[in-house]
Amino acid sequence: MSARSFFAFLAVLAVVGLLGFGLLSKGSSIEVGDPVPDRELPVLGGAGQGSIADYRGRWVLVNLWASWCPPCREETPALERFQQRHRSRLTVLGINVQDNSDDALAFLRENRITYPQLRSVGNERSAAFGATGVPENFLVDPRGRLALILRTAVDDDFLAERVDPLIPDGRS
Amino acid sequence: MRLRATLALLGVAALTLTAVPALAAPQTSLPDVEDEVMCPICGTLLELSDSPQARREKAFIAGLIAQGKTKAEIKDALVAEYGHEVLALPRGSGFDLSAYLVPIVGFAVALTALAFGVARWRRDGGSPESEQTEKAASAGPSDEDAKRLDADLAKYDL
Repeated sequence: MSARSFFAFLAVLAVVGLLGFGLLSKGSSIEVGDPVPDRELPVLGGAGQGSIADYRGRWVLVNLWASWCPPCREETPALERFQQRHRSRLTVLGINVQDNSDDALAFLRENRITYPQLRSVGNERSAAFGATGVPENFLVDPRGRLALILRTAVDDDFLAERVDPLIPDGRS
Repeated sequence: MRLRATLALLGVAALTLTAVPALAAPQTSLPDVEDEVMCPICGTLLELSDSPQARREKAFIAGLIAQGKTKAEIKDALVAEYGHEVLALPRGSGFDLSAYLVPIVGFAVALTALAFGVARWRRDGGSPESEQTEKAASAGPSDEDAKRLDADLAKYDL
């Protein structure tokens, strides 16, 4: 192989490598039935870490949110009411993303939100869930598999129509 | 009365001294920081962003400036809150170092290839056509050209 051919081959390899890297760098795409993307995250405003797996055996409604996001602020009280209604079988788990933790904690205190909160620094969790913004909500069954993917804000009616029917007995 | 006034003055002085750390002299300014960090949600420089998240980020920076934090400390705090994606310039370590190294290495490779190419071109005598031109020049005029030359010279026979 001549020197010219070798350099041309290297150039093609570099372009293909860059394309491959770009494709692999894209956020993951998840589907209903897949295991929920999970990892240990710091507790928001507290010590220690937590994960979705800590609630294995219960239904979990994972809520990706940020305090600067108006739809997130609007839906949070509805999520708190939903948590109270289904507290014997379900946990609403907030994951605060791309946010200032003081702002997030101030918002939670202001609205008397009691369900547990984790904190994700950077966009790794958003990418793991294939999230393109906030808020997004994911219902996880007791086996840790995705039962519902809601790439939108929710309200009381929406939760009653879309989420309640999926939870056995749907009552606290 | 005098004692009370003195005690009051001392109390005010003590309060002022304890308040000094909260009102430390600014070490940097918002414009100085926001052109080097990103609004992670917007994907643009913070100075160009006016989204709700950008506003909260700017308020966070303003608070740290008021505490007398340096630009480096503020950037560290931003990374702790928002992750490394908040930095407009990649870190100079780990895989991010490649953002600085790859252009330099690429330029050096291109320069080296150019230098080798020029050296090789000069060693081979310049353009590919120059060899043929040199051969043609050393061979002398063709028979036809020689006849024409003689005819022209005959016209000017002195």
